[in-house]
Amino acid sequence: MAEIKVNCVGETCPVPLVETRKALRQAKAGDIVEVCGTHPASKKEIPMAAKAMGLELLEVRDGADGTWKIRIRR
Amino acid sequence: MANKAAIIVHSGDMDKIYSALILGNGALAMGLEASLFFTFWGLQRLKKGGLEKGPLSKMNMLGLGRWMIKRKMKQARVAPLEKLFGDFLELGGKVLACDLTMEIMGVRKEDLRDDLITDYCGVGTYMNEARDASVTLFI
Repeated sequence: MAEIKVNCVGETCPVPLVETRKALRQAKAGDIVEVCGTHPASKKEIPMAAKAMGLELLEVRDGADGTWKIRIRR
Repeated sequence: MANKAAIIVHSGDMDKIYSALILGNGALAMGLEASLFFTFWGLQRLKKGGLEKGPLSKMNMLGLGRWMIKRKMKQARVAPLEKLFGDFLELGGKVLACDLTMEIMGVRKEDLRDDLITDYCGVGTYMNEARDASVTLFI
């Protein structure tokens, strides 16, 4: 199982969502996509997208200085 | 109803083109299909070198308002249209160019950014896209 990391720190709407979607398209079933970012709305919307696509949301974690990290299994 | 967004881009105003592309990308990112049908003033933006050339829909003030918004957008790190188009196409979005507009406005195929356009078509193609779309917008 591969792990794909996406760095969207400092990016705004809709880039974190779009980059996550790109990584999920690239991933094979079972692979994990890990996105980190700072855009507040994306922290809520990326899990919404995962749910809508029937993917497993593994983790949403807050870091320092408003950063967050989301892990999704394809 | 399919999970699909079918958006008509009638305006060529810079702010509205951004809205259309952000909505289209948002739809694809949320797992929907998406198509953008560029017609009338919207189609002018698909001309070579025309992407970012539209005026601001309100308070353009001979380009001063437009310049100010552009500066604000840069500060906010909004992705440029070139990237938004690239992402939209990469995620499987369709960009449809209205052939009636081409005829009326004398736009030739070689005037347009063929690399951004999925298909040259008419109202029938748009309606076929919209038939089972759960989201339809006119911008």
